[in-house]
Amino acid sequence: MCLAIPGKIISIKKQNATVDFRGIKKEVDISLVSAKPGDYVVVHTGFAVGKLDKKSANESYKYFDEYIKTKHGKNT
Amino acid sequence: MNPTNTLMNISKQNTEKILDEIKKLAKSIGRETRLMGLCGTHSQTIAQYGLKNLLPRNIKLVAGPGCPVCVTAREDIDAVIGLALAGMPLAVYGDTLAVPGSTESLENARQKGADIKIIYSIKEALKEQKIKPDLVFFGVGFETTAPMTAWAIKQGLRVYSAHKFFPPAMAALLKNKKIKIDGLIDPGHVSAIIGESPYKKFEIPQVITGFEPEDVLMAVLMLLNQIAEGKRDLENEYGRVVKKNGNEKAVNLINEVFEQCDAEWRGIGLIKNSGMKIRKKYSACDAKIKYRRTIAEILSRTKTKKTACRCGEILQGLIEPNQCPLFKKICAPENPFGACMVSIEGTCNIEYKYAR
Ligand code: SF4
Repeated sequence: MCLAIPGKIISIKKQNATVDFRGIKKEVDISLVSAKPGDYVVVHTGFAVGKLDKKSANESYKYFDEYIKTKHGKNT
Repeated sequence: MNPTNTLMNISKQNTEKILDEIKKLAKSIGRETRLMGLCGTHSQTIAQYGLKNLLPRNIKLVAGPGCPVCVTAREDIDAVIGLALAGMPLAVYGDTLAVPGSTESLENARQKGADIKIIYSIKEALKEQKIKPDLVFFGVGFETTAPMTAWAIKQGLRVYSAHKFFPPAMAALLKNKKIKIDGLIDPGHVSAIIGESPYKKFEIPQVITGFEPEDVLMAVLMLLNQIAEGKRDLENEYGRVVKKNGNEKAVNLINEVFEQCDAEWRGIGLIKNSGMKIRKKYSACDAKIKYRRTIAEILSRTKTKKTACRCGEILQGLIEPNQCPLFKKICAPENPFGACMVSIEGTCNIEYKYAR
């Protein structure tokens, strides 16, 4: 129930977006987020509930780098 | 699937670096340290990639009450089964279907001819209600699914609400002296809705994290670091989805339609203010009010069979599935004795699928 896969918005018509989930296209209501075509959204029961910031997709490493810097005073 | 191989496929180098740091911290902490994952999806990541085996011996990952289907009270299952058998058409999410009630499941009721439709999107329930005006939607889930139910109630959908607020369950867990936890891996998608602030009152190390194996390992590292330094902070490793204030539109929807009530969590007991009750303003959509008498009758004639199922302890991280005498012997996904074996987010189901 809490399993949400992120999908990419292909097109938008009013509050409805066509979202591509790894090749499977679905209609998704985007009235709970402000999103535009190209954005990645996290979808639950037909609604986008959050946006995925693709730029920081490698975020866990960003945190790791920060951790190493503060902990050992060096970069990875 | 060999866990080490899997990790090699993802990004061995980075994962190993994180693991190295985890090992250093685990050694300096020394004692057994228990970290609880509060999200069914985290449990899946942990099991699928065999993360428990990669961690140092003194670091234990335990699962908590993060599976909404598993914590849905038996009475709620009994009530909707009774309504369906009395001729009310139902719309439900698929993972509630096989959950055992006191005597049977929704699936059994369906085989007896009850009209139960499985839906994936709440809008399907609204469509179905146009054809069947008596339809009742069985609303299950935490803050992740509740906003959509709230939205549909505003459109006139009739709902039996078993929705729950998640943070009160965390408060209840932390109060229980039997449960020993040193840090929490906070749920990912619940947090995407509610943001960071509801967690701040808990005085225990917490990290909100994502669902990739690296995310979970990073959360372990961040928690251990807090523990080693004696901190009790809330950190967010999942900023790419979870914003500080969450999704305010979704939270407002929940609060507009639902109010807090005490609610029964299956296997755990009553948790104060953890239930989502439909507000008076929308009582025309509240199946619990419309069918009050029928529900009371159903519940008074249902007798609960005693079973040896230990889901309650599983959901609080007190035991592991293999400590339940029924696990794998007679309890299996095809023949579930408890909700934890039914839902794909249930600890027993996950353990059954991935344990080898
Ligand atoms: S193995 Fe089955 S019976 Fe045992 S706790 Fe899990 S769901 Fe309940």
